[in-house]
Amino acid sequence: MGLVTPGIGLVFWTTLAFLIVLFLLGKFAWKPILSSIKEREDSIEGSLKAAENAQKEMQALQSKNEELIFEARKERDLLLKDAKETSDKMISDAKSKSKLEGDKMIVHAREEIANEKAAALSEIKEMVSSFSIEIAEKLLRDKLATDGSQKALVSRYIDDLKLN
Amino acid sequence: MSFKKHPTHIALLLALIFTASPFLSKASESEKIKGFNAGEMIMHHVLDAHDIHIMDGLTIPLPVILYTDNGIDIFSFSNFYDENHSTTSVYKSESTGYAYAYNRGHVYIADESGMINTDEAGSITNVAPLDFSITKNVVGMLLSILIMFLIFLSVAKGYRTNRGKAPKGIQSFMEPLILFIRDEVAKPSIGRRHERFMPFLLSIFFFIWITNMLGMIPFLGGLNVTGNIGVTAVLAMFTFVITSFSANKGYWSHIIMPPGVPLWLLPIMIPIELVGVVSKPLVLCLRLFANITAGHIIILSFASLIFIFQASSGDSTALGVSIGSTVFLVFMNGLELLVAFLQAYVFTLLSALYFGMATEEAH
Repeated sequence: MGLVTPGIGLVFWTTLAFLIVLFLLGKFAWKPILSSIKEREDSIEGSLKAAENAQKEMQALQSKNEELIFEARKERDLLLKDAKETSDKMISDAKSKSKLEGDKMIVHAREEIANEKAAALSEIKEMVSSFSIEIAEKLLRDKLATDGSQKALVSRYIDDLKLN
Repeated sequence: MSFKKHPTHIALLLALIFTASPFLSKASESEKIKGFNAGEMIMHHVLDAHDIHIMDGLTIPLPVILYTDNGIDIFSFSNFYDENHSTTSVYKSESTGYAYAYNRGHVYIADESGMINTDEAGSITNVAPLDFSITKNVVGMLLSILIMFLIFLSVAKGYRTNRGKAPKGIQSFMEPLILFIRDEVAKPSIGRRHERFMPFLLSIFFFIWITNMLGMIPFLGGLNVTGNIGVTAVLAMFTFVITSFSANKGYWSHIIMPPGVPLWLLPIMIPIELVGVVSKPLVLCLRLFANITAGHIIILSFASLIFIFQASSGDSTALGVSIGSTVFLVFMNGLELLVAFLQAYVFTLLSALYFGMATEEAH
């Protein structure tokens, strides 16, 4: 029966000892241990949450970046298209302008040529006329070198006068 | 304050054990010839004692503290030893005037001639004073408390020094266990208000576990603290008291007025519910006591087998039996190591469940 009869002394000492354990360990071990575990867990959880938030932000930023890049690309394309159009227009403008100018120049040149030509022709005419006068003079001089011929001429003039 | 850094703690511990004026007995040859009584040896180891029997020839007597109507008597148990290391001497106290005699684990007030008297049925008729002695189990308990203090104060210190960092050393060994009690025992059983019960659950878990393990260390006097019904009864009583005091209105109303039960059934239901309230701590107490005591008895029985065979069939048979016995002993020790943890866990888990029931919110 000794096995199943609790002794009063042991009951007393166990109660006392366990109360001491409960009090001392509760105060100096369990409380600080549990609170620091909780603190650490909270901090880890907080860090994880912060990391998750940062990741989310990163993702948002990335999508925003992509959007920006997309927009920028679109704008670039637009700009390029514009530029091309402008340059094409400029080229064609220049082309047409140069053609116009060229035409103008050609017309001008033609006019000039014509003027020059006219001037040259008139000069030539003048020269020809002076030459022909000189030739005529010379011819006349040769023809009228003799008295007879002079007389003949005068008589023809007189004839002519007579006729008049 | 880890063990590695402070070997002085262990030295102190050992000194504490061995400076208690070890009484070197001279076991006479005649005792050995009488044969081997396994039952007596086992019961001697399993029961509480007033001395620590390390091995034959080395027994540490412990202080006897008696509370009598004439006052308190404190004296060493070695006063009961006679020259043959039997406990037949009578100790006469100066202060209270009583003469004490010892018989099978109990101290009695001896009659005028220094005798212990029995009636016809064989039970002792002498008056037994209240025995508050520092017995073997009290020493074992103090030892395990000392170990708990060494471990957990150092763990707590670890938390102070590496605040917010990963645990180090003994701290990293204990943290998973503490978290296990919190996350696997307290939280699922009690729920939101588990924090209030954590100090008790941790204390009881580590107290039972360490004490169970201490009982498995050989040459420590075969400590059987958690295999003593007095100890387990107190532990269960703690659970019972905490359950009762933290219980809310819903818990009590379920007992006094179980919902959905017709009125005429109440005279039957209320006693049944009350039995349930009492049986919970009773079962806690008995389970731990029975498991640990049974483990001790089995291990001691296997060891006894060798000596039983030696006494009956001679040395060569005993040698053969000892091989088988040792194999079983190793197996049983492994099993007991598991049981030591398991029983601590079960006690803690059930306590937590009872707390959970008591604090459950009405639904």
